Amino acid sequence: MQWFSIYNPPMLRFLIVLALLFPALARAELDITIEGGAAQQIPIAVVPFAQSASEKEDIALVIAADLRRSGLFRPLETRGMASLPHDLAEVKYPEWAALQAQALVIGKVEVSAGGRFKVSFRLLDVLKQNQLAGLEYEITPGQLRQTAHKIADVIYEKLTGEPGVFATRITYVTKSGNRFALVVADADGYNPQTVLSSTEPIISPAWSPDGTKLAYVSFEKKKPVIFVQSLVSGQRSVLANYKGNNSAPAWSPDGKRLAIVLTYSANSQLYLINADGTGLQQLSSSRAIDTEPEWSPDGKWVYFTSDRGGSPQIYRMSPLGGDAQRVTFEGSYNASPHLSPDGKQLAYVRRDGGKFQIAVQELSSGQVQVVSDSAQDESPSFAPNGRLIIFATNIRGKGVLSVVSADGKVKQRLSEAADVREPSWGPASN
Amino acid sequence: MNKQLISVIVLAVFLAACSSKQVKPEPAPPAVVEKSPAPAKPVDKTPPKAKEEVAKPEPKPEPKPVVVNPLNDPNNILSKRSIYFDFDKDEIKAEFRPLVEAHAKYLVAHPGAKIMVQGNADDRGTREYNLALGQRRAVAVKKAMNLLNVSDKQIETTSYGEEKPRCTEQTEACWAQNRRDDIVYESE
Repeated sequence: MQWFSIYNPPMLRFLIVLALLFPALARAELDITIEGGAAQQIPIAVVPFAQSASEKEDIALVIAADLRRSGLFRPLETRGMASLPHDLAEVKYPEWAALQAQALVIGKVEVSAGGRFKVSFRLLDVLKQNQLAGLEYEITPGQLRQTAHKIADVIYEKLTGEPGVFATRITYVTKSGNRFALVVADADGYNPQTVLSSTEPIISPAWSPDGTKLAYVSFEKKKPVIFVQSLVSGQRSVLANYKGNNSAPAWSPDGKRLAIVLTYSANSQLYLINADGTGLQQLSSSRAIDTEPEWSPDGKWVYFTSDRGGSPQIYRMSPLGGDAQRVTFEGSYNASPHLSPDGKQLAYVRRDGGKFQIAVQELSSGQVQVVSDSAQDESPSFAPNGRLIIFATNIRGKGVLSVVSADGKVKQRLSEAADVREPSWGPASN
Repeated sequence: MNKQLISVIVLAVFLAACSSKQVKPEPAPPAVVEKSPAPAKPVDKTPPKAKEEVAKPEPKPEPKPVVVNPLNDPNNILSKRSIYFDFDKDEIKAEFRPLVEAHAKYLVAHPGAKIMVQGNADDRGTREYNLALGQRRAVAVKKAMNLLNVSDKQIETTSYGEEKPRCTEQTEACWAQNRRDDIVYESE
């Protein structure tokens, strides 16, 4: 495992770029365990693709793993079938119907000119005996795994009606002894890349809306300072290092500004700042703690946590200023607001009987559902399709990540050797 | 004036400065201001008579008593640096008033001294809210010191929230340890 010294900025840039160029330098991958599943799971057969054994990724395995992880599919065992079709002409539907499969996926990886690959697949309806989807991709060998995720996305959308998030990325922070790392990985935990390595804490990573940058809070200057770092070039700069604390960065939906929290005037208050660090202006002005800002997807509201009423509750106010409206009314501790991509639901941390759990509130009705069940859950973040929430939790003293469906039914756990915390789900991939 | 006389004067001035400099035991070592001697002039080859005059040995320094810096003296309240808080609170409890007052007195008496008040919180609840809570605790000590005439130039506040815990058990005893302000002097 490589640790990059952060005390020599030019060296840091070089080493970060190195990390992005050489995945082999990256760290331990997240292990995933799945608990629970939807009541009705679609039985699907993903036939091994025709591909050379020398290729690094077994596409069918990646697709099946993605679908299984969603909790909505039950991939069937295909080894031992009399025939393994790769072309439409080879498909014998009755064999697959006998297996109780409702859907069938077949495909090929062929080498094309210049060392590139052509990946093609078909999604077939076993009962109706027709094709639901079929696509071809021209890729470099290094894009094979990502292509498998994209195919899983197409299958997921065709059969559930909702976009898949298998080709997205997540970010999180790990802690091992006194070493901290900010990591970006695929949504299935593969290909973790260390973005920042430090002997001081890192908190509050936030994706820019276009997925090319992370804002985060680092204590490397012995106080909380906000940095913005490009995931493309590895370059980073200080966004805010004002007197006092600088923390809780939250990007506006158009990526041009961030809401941040400063203690410039003593107590934590909300400020707005341009993405290039200019144009600081104060947004909230109360005598309380105002923190954890989060924009609504339509840019009209900034949701935040405030204890102006005596204990932490969630409020919202216009980014143009003005009065704040209270949003949470149940219980004495509601904090860390995060909106769903359609802006209709609010996930947050709620304390009940001493336990901190993740709640989801439907904003139109005010109805609240608790979707997690341990005692130290925090940092909820919606997947870009609004169907899954990733959050940080604690199992027997160890920090792990948990993914739960927005209705609480499907669960996964992601863990690795180090403590994992502060997850944030990246935007939809293009 | 001849060059030898100048050398003598320079050396004599230098020696005078040295012998008049008293080494006092001070809490924080102040910046040492030395008179730098005039740039050396080329010395004549003729053996300078002046050398004998200035080659007097310095008087032996008297043995100094060992003095402990009060900030580090375990018998001195100033060596205590942590103020503990109740759950969800930032009020300075009565039992910590003497500690705050002692440090305030020290800062007033030593205008060159500076402290950083580092606020902390236990790990229950969200990290950013705990960062803000730690800051509020740090500001509480700062304001108490302001009332005791300590200038803001001598106090900085910061918060580590729940990020630098002294212990990690999920127990009341451990949480109480982490709800605290730490006072750190700039010279340390």
